Amino acid sequence: MTATAAAISAATARRMRLADDERRLWPLMLAPAILYIVLLVGFPFFLSLFYSVSNVTVGSRDMAFVGLENFRRVVESGTFWIALGNTLIFTIVSQLFVLLFANMLAMALVADFRGKWLVRFLILLPWVAPISLGAIGWLWIYDSIYSVINWTGQALRILGPNEWPIWLGQPNLAMASIIIVQIWRIVPLATVIILAGLTSIPQDIHDAAAVDGAGFWRRTFQITLPLLLPITLVAVLFGIIFTFTDMIVVFVLTRGGPYDQTQVLATWAFFTGIQGGDLAGGAAISLFLFPVLVAVAIVFLMLARRAEVT
Amino acid sequence: MATVEARHISKHFDEVRAVDGIDLIAKEGEFLVLLGPSGCGKTTLMRLIAGLEQPTAGDILLDGRIVTDLPPRARNIAMVFQSYALYPHLTVERNISFPLRAIGMPKDEIRKKVEWAARMFGIERFLDRKPRQLSGGERQRVALARAVVREPVVFLLDEPLSNLDAKLRNSARDELKQFQRNLATTTIYVTHDQAEAMGLGDRIAVLNQGKVIQIGTPQEIYRRPTDTFVATFIGSPPMNLVEDGPSYLGFRPEAFLPREVGSAEDGIALPFRVTRVEYLGADRLVYGVLEGRTPEAHVISKLPDNIRAEIAAGERYDFVVRKSGIDRFDRASGRRIEGDAR
Repeated sequence: MTATAAAISAATARRMRLADDERRLWPLMLAPAILYIVLLVGFPFFLSLFYSVSNVTVGSRDMAFVGLENFRRVVESGTFWIALGNTLIFTIVSQLFVLLFANMLAMALVADFRGKWLVRFLILLPWVAPISLGAIGWLWIYDSIYSVINWTGQALRILGPNEWPIWLGQPNLAMASIIIVQIWRIVPLATVIILAGLTSIPQDIHDAAAVDGAGFWRRTFQITLPLLLPITLVAVLFGIIFTFTDMIVVFVLTRGGPYDQTQVLATWAFFTGIQGGDLAGGAAISLFLFPVLVAVAIVFLMLARRAEVT
Repeated sequence: MATVEARHISKHFDEVRAVDGIDLIAKEGEFLVLLGPSGCGKTTLMRLIAGLEQPTAGDILLDGRIVTDLPPRARNIAMVFQSYALYPHLTVERNISFPLRAIGMPKDEIRKKVEWAARMFGIERFLDRKPRQLSGGERQRVALARAVVREPVVFLLDEPLSNLDAKLRNSARDELKQFQRNLATTTIYVTHDQAEAMGLGDRIAVLNQGKVIQIGTPQEIYRRPTDTFVATFIGSPPMNLVEDGPSYLGFRPEAFLPREVGSAEDGIALPFRVTRVEYLGADRLVYGVLEGRTPEAHVISKLPDNIRAEIAAGERYDFVVRKSGIDRFDRASGRRIEGDAR
């Protein structure tokens, strides 16, 4: 009896010693994160670096070093400049609207009202739903024959009887349509981030400003928005990265068409490397995303740190 | 300078009556302290005066003018918050000038005003710093400077000293009183600390459960408490209450003395069994039970250090209370019984 008790306590003691042994514990705890980064981020990244200076294709096992030949080909093609321009427009325009809408929504949602949780849930919905499902829904909204927008527009007499915009078929409309979907998709995330920032501002600060004679606009522009700046920059950084690297919205809605007019770098890399079989070319295209994103991340994190206040 | 009046004001949050029909007037230039336990409605009353809350019923008057429907910025009231509520992204200079810029004062005038306010609180050196680079005491001064700078008609101070450490609190209290005297601005000060209230207030309003229980000078509050709540809330240790037929006998611990030092002629003798003695330097606190009373009456005596009488735990002594040191309260209502019912 006492022997069993002693054995149990010895086992417990060993377990406790392991749980307290920080030197052995920290590699164990960090291992999953490190494995994830090495296998799913690091390995593909270095593989694409390697591919981009080779002539690898899907159909052949031969591979040779070709230097910067792939990059020369990419830069010389007209599609690259279209795709680069589109990527920038797609990102900048959508994020400007995201910033505006997310701030407005967050300020509306921070107030107390009945059914607040339901509204918050509905606003978050586009973010939690799979992107491809959402995009397919939009595909129907923009459909060239059954577009619910055109139908509503005609019913309300906003569109004339012979006006029937082809949302995804006309170059300018197609770009606008894609940007709208991207705004719809990113706004919930930005709203939630900014909402968290809003609720972290103490009520005392708002009260003090009110007593100090500041009206709504002065409170918003001199107190609330400056205090929100650091967290807003984080929200925009996420938005830029998600938009710059996104290919699903464009892929589902237009596949880059018409005539590459909505092609972005991510979709073009996919079409070239995976569907076109030119792995080396696709790798070279996708590597153009990298320096831009690094620069954006560094600039934003520096700004956020400088704007940090507490 | 102005008078502030709350006219039968109430504020209900759902079912909770935070402020329950309070009538109160702060006179011109007066330092009025709102004192009460947490949740008594003192902060809510202050926020009603500032205009940060809308009353459920009743009115707020400034200089006899009803301002209930005016927003905070139209009342020319300054408020100092417990957390100081400095704007963390603005420099001290910008913090202090914020109320001035809000009313669109010309720039050079703003600069003069800020210098004047900063000098008053000795914070000229910090004007370029952000609040996070300041200590608690310095932040408090910035908050006061921001309140003073536009020369408001009323100051509202919400426990401005409670975030300072004990040592700093005493000197800050002294300074606060000095500058209020100099400016002679009507000041309403919220606290739960009776020592602060007694030390600062021209008058004290004691609040409990959303009502004003008693209002008067510190002496009146201490010497003639209007009911058992005030009697036991004010004073440290609180007034002793002993059941005596249909009423309570109330006497302060410092009025409850050994027979040889108390005057025997006009005193009431109370046999006292001591259970514990606490030595506090300047005073001794003697805890014990009055003998021959049911239910048992636990009382405390506070003996200043110059009373050297030997007192030991477990012993029985004859203590006395002067008749003038005894208050009577109705047991059912808790109200003070006036007159010489001793």
